[in-house]
Amino acid sequence: MLADFAKGMLITFRHIFKPRVTVEYPEVKRPQSPIFRGRHILQRYENGLERCVGCALCAAACPPEAIYLEARENDPAAPVSAGERYSEVYQIHLLRCIWCGFCEEACPEDAIVMGPEFELANYSRRAFVLNKNDMLDTADKGFGTPPDLIVNFPL
Amino acid sequence: MKLIDWLLSDPTLVYLTIPLVKVAIIFVVLVGSVPVLVLFERKLIGFIQQRPGPNRVGPWGILQTLVDGIKLLLKEDFIPPGAVKPIFILAPLLALVPAMLSVTIIPWGPPIQVTIDGIAHTISLGLADGISVGILFYFAATSIGVYGIVLAGWSSNNKYSLLGGIRSTAQLISYELALSLGLVGVLLLVGSFEINALVDSQAGGFWNWNVVKQPMGFLMFLVAGFGETNRLPFDLPEGESELGAGFHTEYSSMRFAMFFMAEYMNIFTFSAVISTLFLGGFHGPIDPALLGIEVNQWIAAAFGVFWLGGKIIALFFLFVWIRATFPRLRYDQMMNLSWKVFFPLGVVNIMLTAGIVAFAPDQPAVQTGALFVAGIAQIVGLDAIANAAKRRALGHVS
Ligand code: SF4
Ligand code: SF4
Repeated sequence: MLADFAKGMLITFRHIFKPRVTVEYPEVKRPQSPIFRGRHILQRYENGLERCVGCALCAAACPPEAIYLEARENDPAAPVSAGERYSEVYQIHLLRCIWCGFCEEACPEDAIVMGPEFELANYSRRAFVLNKNDMLDTADKGFGTPPDLIVNFPL
Repeated sequence: MKLIDWLLSDPTLVYLTIPLVKVAIIFVVLVGSVPVLVLFERKLIGFIQQRPGPNRVGPWGILQTLVDGIKLLLKEDFIPPGAVKPIFILAPLLALVPAMLSVTIIPWGPPIQVTIDGIAHTISLGLADGISVGILFYFAATSIGVYGIVLAGWSSNNKYSLLGGIRSTAQLISYELALSLGLVGVLLLVGSFEINALVDSQAGGFWNWNVVKQPMGFLMFLVAGFGETNRLPFDLPEGESELGAGFHTEYSSMRFAMFFMAEYMNIFTFSAVISTLFLGGFHGPIDPALLGIEVNQWIAAAFGVFWLGGKIIALFFLFVWIRATFPRLRYDQMMNLSWKVFFPLGVVNIMLTAGIVAFAPDQPAVQTGALFVAGIAQIVGLDAIANAAKRRALGHVS
């Protein structure tokens, strides 16, 4: 019995000298899985047109009804999206979102995808309602690339 | 400087100054040791769990506990409705003050002779190390400390606090028994309660330490000390998993900090007491006189502080190490350990010790050898009984 105690204590003692497994979070970040489901991104085509055609399939698929959108007809002279319609208002309520990724699956245009961003703390509840501008891909983020998981889904 | 000149100006004032200075030093060391011990514990537990531990506030996280203390001070001091207010306020003090008191009996080194204005003073490096009740004072003070926990649990008007308080009563009564039984062997050998006599009997070298003569007593005293200081694996009064935070669930702000400080001061004091009783106190493992080295009294005093401090740190390491290794005992297991294991073993140990002391009163070498063999035999016997019990308990499994 005393030998058992000694054995247990020896194990914990050896662990003192083992390498630390925690990382210094804000400075060091762990690599993410390619199918990581972080904050949503609304993607565009290479020519800058939005992919979203305002079909509202994502809103229909969303279990907690976190997505709200209003669709409009595109002006053929100055189209916003590549389809007939586009979403004029597109909001996701992050406090309702359960990060299930159904919106991403439902979208026929690969417009909404879940990105790598996960540091979403904020000071007011209002700030958790994301608008289109908060989620739209900008040129510097390399818009137009379909999400990795659709091309190359790791199984 | 003016103040010191004035205090040293009158020979009678000197008699007042010396204890006051000692009180100040011991108070500062004791209070200052708490943040250091807390940081040490958090770091070490972090390392054992392969985490870095606190490392954000200051280099190596040194300022972490200070910042935590400030945070506690700034928190709302909440007294729950329905609490018995005077007792609720008194309870943390009742835990803290005895924790501070009990450290006064520890001598930190051999006494120093100084002459001030032609009058020779013998300054002992301890506050109350000369009192004749000696070690009993420690038991008395820690027993009063229990009232703090019990009254905190009772006055909080919370069923979990009450359960924590009741547990601590039963636990401390049981473990004080084991603590005293572990001590009796030492008292039989030394024949005095006085701390200085207990320490002096262990001078010379580590073969004179009581841990050699009383291995079983040491083991019992150590385990009972974990129960006495409410540390894991015996922290049932605050068992988080079943009682919220036990007796201090309802405490916040500075009152909670007082319980927290009392716990660490108790560990500090217990480490000092067990070093003094069993590990030679301020004596090093080998007396420099045996090596033919003359040391003057100041160096001897410095070495005393060094050795006792080192022993306290080593024991605190053990406290943390055990906390990180073993799970909390179940309540009935803890009671069984005290009453069914330590109580009979303690009686056996006392009888063996008394017998050896009676049959070989004037041969210290024979005595030490016989006591060492008897102690080891007891530990081996305890181990065998425990193994048999384990086999019985696991019989239906294996
Ligand atoms: S991840 Fe799920 S919950 Fe969140 S917006 Fe998409 S469908 Fe709705
Ligand atoms: S994001 Fe996709 S699913 Fe949602 S409205 Fe736009 S095109 Fe339709």
